[in-house]
Amino acid sequence: MKILVCIKQVPDMESRFKANGEGVWYEETDLAFRMNEYDEYAVEQAVKLKEQLGDAPEVTVLSIGPDRVVEAIKKALAMGCDRALHVRDPAVHLKDPWQIASIISGYARDKGFDLVFTGMQSQDRGSAQVGVTVAEQLEYACVTTLVGFAYADGAITARRELEGGVKGVVRMKTPALLTCQLGLNVPRYPTLPNIMKAKKKEIVTVPVADLLKEEPLAATTGFYPPAKKGGGIVLEGDVADMADRLVGILKDKTAVLR
Amino acid sequence: MKALLICEYREGKLLDSSYELLAFAGKLGADSAMVLIGDAANVPRYGGTVYLADAAGYGEYNPDLHKQLILAAVAQENPDYIVFQHSSYGWDLAPRVAAKLKVAQVSEVIGINADGFEVGCCNAKMRRTVKPAEAKAVLTVQAGAFSVQGEPQGTPNVEKLEIAGTGNVEFVGYEPAEAKGIDLGKAEVIVSAGRGVGKKDNVPVIAALAKALGGELGASRPVVDAGWVEHSHQVGTTGQTVSPKLYVACGISGAIQHLAGMKKSDFVVAINKDKDAPIGDVADVLIVADVMQFVPALTAKLQK
Repeated sequence: MKILVCIKQVPDMESRFKANGEGVWYEETDLAFRMNEYDEYAVEQAVKLKEQLGDAPEVTVLSIGPDRVVEAIKKALAMGCDRALHVRDPAVHLKDPWQIASIISGYARDKGFDLVFTGMQSQDRGSAQVGVTVAEQLEYACVTTLVGFAYADGAITARRELEGGVKGVVRMKTPALLTCQLGLNVPRYPTLPNIMKAKKKEIVTVPVADLLKEEPLAATTGFYPPAKKGGGIVLEGDVADMADRLVGILKDKTAVLR
Repeated sequence: MKALLICEYREGKLLDSSYELLAFAGKLGADSAMVLIGDAANVPRYGGTVYLADAAGYGEYNPDLHKQLILAAVAQENPDYIVFQHSSYGWDLAPRVAAKLKVAQVSEVIGINADGFEVGCCNAKMRRTVKPAEAKAVLTVQAGAFSVQGEPQGTPNVEKLEIAGTGNVEFVGYEPAEAKGIDLGKAEVIVSAGRGVGKKDNVPVIAALAKALGGELGASRPVVDAGWVEHSHQVGTTGQTVSPKLYVACGISGAIQHLAGMKKSDFVVAINKDKDAPIGDVADVLIVADVMQFVPALTAKLQK
């Protein structure tokens, strides 16, 4: 069995964002990058399945972006992926979801992957398109928003998260692509021995031009903070002082304090 | 300009969110037609054409077949925009339709501006404008972003939609939401813990504030996923929707899924280190502070 996991490196979402010189995405200076949170669940599910099947499957992790994404790749290798493909693209932020999906399917098309795991969306773009589009391009069965996964003999039983806490249970056969929702599993922390072992694992680098043959279908024309709604009171400073002021406000404006 | 609007239908019912698509088409200034994979007794109250396929035959969730049904309606209507809700149904299906048509998809639209469509990004802290390269595009719209004005009315002209095929995903059934240990819907005060609380051991500090205010403990999704608080306390799209007199968000950044569950609260207090966190947009009072410093101080004052 062959498994592919697609991951993205994104900034820490606690960061302050400002537009870059092109005005269409964030300025990267001063941002700390990490593996997209949804993708951690995808990596964990792939590694869990590998363990379930007695280590037989080979798990390849793929990431597209500038050289910094190698850090996220190394984490996936330390979590238990076997080998990696880094599609080097310093201008990845200018690619639209159709192009990103085309790069992945261009690589995967003749590799015979039985299963592909992706995050259901990235934390920075949040389009939730790339995984499903890859599945369409590869003509794989696909289910999104995965919160439960079981595999036996080429058959998958998946639980999808729906609104209001309801789940939808579906079955499909491989080859299939699944997009992973938060809470699917408990992503492991790489241990020191596994970090050391990961250093010996192969990371193949290819330039994006080798895999990308498609023009974009959409472009970002602006990147900006939301219009502040205002109206709210903002308190800053001494903790005890703020607590006093808040108690006063609550007595004034709500009926919950007497 | 014409928009083809894809209704949502689950467990034998048309979802009300389908009417938000009509509100969006109105905002676009587009003529519309609708697609419903449902049943004839549950068509939307609407004066236009509804392309109806029978969910008893095609299934409520069968993405491969639903894609083909929608493409059949697209072939008849030749719309400029094919519009879904950005929901578990819409984000699953929309990219399949867009890929087959090889047109752009713009996800989770919250506004329309001169240059394209406005969408959120970076955990709702920033916005982008996205412009499809060609006139035809698939769109998903954010739940609640385009609200329905007035009672929908009308009786649609129903056109039957049929295709042959089976699809590559088999729907087994629904699992109901976990039995609720606690009904937050009745609480007058809810104090919710978010990721900013730091660790499970800190949750009792938030629970103590809830107690001091005579309220219940709530939680955001990451806290529940991490096992710090049980699921029955979760507020948001996949948890409970609440509207207490006072909602206190402790270390919650304000992801759209959380905001959707609590923004109807009468009065919102947010405690967050990050002054730019989206929770600030719905907060009546934003306390810029570390939760673990501020909350014990507040609890102590209230207990005096």
